[in-house]
Amino acid sequence: MATFGNLSTRLTDTFKNLRSKGKLSASDIDGTVREIRRALLEADVSLDVVKDFTAKIRERALGDEVNRALNPAQQVVQIVNEELVEVLGGDQRRLQFAKNPPTVIMLAGLQGAGKTTLAGKLAKWLKDQGHTPMLVACDLQRPNAVTQLGVVAEQAGVAIFAPEPGNGVGDPVKVAKNGVAEAKRTQHDFVIVDTAGRLGVDAELMKQASDIRKAIDPDEVLFVIDAMIGQDAVATAQAFQEGVDFTGVVLTKLDGDARGGAALSIRGVTGRPILFASTGEGLGDFEPFYPDRMASRILDLGDILTLIEQAQQAFDEEEAQKVAEKFAKDQFTLDDFLQQMQQLRGAGSIKKMMGMLPGMGKMKDQLENFDEREIVRTEAIIQSMTSDERTNPKILNGSRRLRIAKGSGMTVTDVNSLVQRFEQASKMMKTVARGGVPQIPGMGQMPGMGGHGGKKKQQQKGKGAKRSGNPAKRAQQEAGLSSQPAQGSGFGLGAAGGASAPSADELAQLQKMLGGGKR
Amino acid sequence: MAEKAWSFGRAFRNVFGGGSETITEDTWDDIETALISADFGPEITDAVLDVVRAEVDRHRVTDVADLKRILRETLEARLDAFDPTLRLSDRPAVILVVGVNGVGKTTTIGKLANYLTRFEKRIIVGAADTFRAAAVDQLATWADRAGVAIVKPQQQGQDPASVAFQTVQRAIDEQFDIAIIDTAGRLQTKGGLMDELGKIRRVIEKLAPVSEVLLVLDATTGQNGLAQAQAFIEHAGVTGLVLTKLDGSAKGGFVLAVQESTDLPIKLVGQGEAIGDLTGFTPHVFAAQLIG
Repeated sequence: MATFGNLSTRLTDTFKNLRSKGKLSASDIDGTVREIRRALLEADVSLDVVKDFTAKIRERALGDEVNRALNPAQQVVQIVNEELVEVLGGDQRRLQFAKNPPTVIMLAGLQGAGKTTLAGKLAKWLKDQGHTPMLVACDLQRPNAVTQLGVVAEQAGVAIFAPEPGNGVGDPVKVAKNGVAEAKRTQHDFVIVDTAGRLGVDAELMKQASDIRKAIDPDEVLFVIDAMIGQDAVATAQAFQEGVDFTGVVLTKLDGDARGGAALSIRGVTGRPILFASTGEGLGDFEPFYPDRMASRILDLGDILTLIEQAQQAFDEEEAQKVAEKFAKDQFTLDDFLQQMQQLRGAGSIKKMMGMLPGMGKMKDQLENFDEREIVRTEAIIQSMTSDERTNPKILNGSRRLRIAKGSGMTVTDVNSLVQRFEQASKMMKTVARGGVPQIPGMGQMPGMGGHGGKKKQQQKGKGAKRSGNPAKRAQQEAGLSSQPAQGSGFGLGAAGGASAPSADELAQLQKMLGGGKR
Repeated sequence: MAEKAWSFGRAFRNVFGGGSETITEDTWDDIETALISADFGPEITDAVLDVVRAEVDRHRVTDVADLKRILRETLEARLDAFDPTLRLSDRPAVILVVGVNGVGKTTTIGKLANYLTRFEKRIIVGAADTFRAAAVDQLATWADRAGVAIVKPQQQGQDPASVAFQTVQRAIDEQFDIAIIDTAGRLQTKGGLMDELGKIRRVIEKLAPVSEVLLVLDATTGQNGLAQAQAFIEHAGVTGLVLTKLDGSAKGGFVLAVQESTDLPIKLVGQGEAIGDLTGFTPHVFAAQLIG
């Protein structure tokens, strides 16, 4: 789910008012700034950071650049975006590697922030890149934290150093020190030291953390923080900065719907970069943090870059090439449709991918209701077809449809709507493969991007292929469609318009993504 | 809750201390800052400020000390609107503990079990968190410390509902007074996992009614706490809230919004990692800690 989702919604609403006007007055800007302030506060951004942030926005919005701009509202969006990117960290930094291995990474944070899970994710991530990380179990406080780390290490397939049983027994400083020595001896090139959760106000435990830091002299100290944290983020981050002087931040539980304002607060207050984002319970749900993407996500421009990356990982290049050819030659069959869907499922949660699409913030609710099992059902329908039917859906007459419905345990209406959806999807993809730009739900009419079969046209074409002449039935089918993921123009989003008109850059990115099939 | 690096009380002392004794616009600004910093959220903050302003106008209060008293009473009255008693009269009384990841469910169960043993009740805990690595062992350690019985899953990754069922079954067979069931942490946005909670509840209810469903909330949580509560109420039928990690610098002001929007009382408060660090919720103390 898109992080900052609710913040997106708020800002989108705010800008809707702005967009209807050609020019901004000072009171318009004040109103907008007030809305931004409230939205940020509801997103748990710390008050001081909010004050600084809104002051900057106001100052720049009142400045010349807005009045000179062609569309002042767009300009304000741009300003908010730029400021967000700046606060969130500007350019992204990579993990620091030690000149002489092992690179020592220490994890610190509050109880329940997700340190132990993160240790496993980080280890797996490093391992996938060809490194040989070793986990060191220094959380000797929480009952069975050591066992948990052991299980996590096993899942990730990495080594673990856990000489002490934990549960209050053993000296974490000593374990950390021995762990690093052990890694040197056994030639592991990364050491990840998991520590106990501690409160910023617990002087004794902070001292212990600082002792661990001194003992192992880590190359990176990562402060692990829950994206759900509230105003306390600042106090906690400051306490940890004083205590262990962390070098980077990891934001966890970003797969929830927390607005994650803590990201802004921590950056604003400590100046330390956010290096990673953790987005799920699986060991693979872990990615580098991209401030610019996060900012566009806040502005509801969607997280197009991340989407492309994930899609690229999931889709086999050759396969994509073949499919693109098929599109272009109009040979796209239900078999391919099925395959595509299965690949997409391999990419992880469809919801997650959908959440990254622009304008999706607006339809959070529909997304929530979208049932992943829908895909399983669709699979069942397709698998109940003969191969002739799959290659040439046109032969599907009433009795064939009835048979398929029975075979897959669905109703004929479901089969009808699938066939219809498939036709729309293949039409849309054909446009893409031929270099056009299809209607993307939620993006609205894209300025300056002519030459694509608009919504109206597509629907007219669709009508020719439609089975039912009965308007009531058709309406029902269309209603069924609107609950489906973004396939074709039947998706009931319409031109509600993206949060803000995307800039030329973003459009280029979008086109790159859509054009990906051509390679 | 002795001395903190930062405390609401101190923030207020800055407001109320010093030479200034009359109420100025700055006083109101400082109160707003303090309320927002305590995670009350912009909405509740505005609402509370409106009430306090009206009171101040009505009584023509000019002294900051009186303002402080009015503020404390306002918060206290709002916190006090619900009954925080745990209802455990059924035999066995089944308590289901739910919440998002890392809020302290397992720790709370350990402390709650220990707390209830003081009333000479026979208690059994069920380790239905079969998902997270070593969660079962963690609960077993707590059960050991509190000296209560435990039902563990027979195999790795067993259906949590079946563990819950076995726990309640054993509680009935061996006449335990109270059965406390741990569940895996889940984010409220995961539909499938939330459905699983519904299933656990339904399965338990085949044997015995569920007396309490406690939603554990982390005091450091911000405004997302509300979304958590709403989702868990919908799927698990929460009957009470537990606020944990109050020993930190976070104030957990968001619980007021949760309590008011969901009509659910805060029943327990967790304040540390030791086995005795669990108390009932007293609005008076909570409000006093906020205002200082």
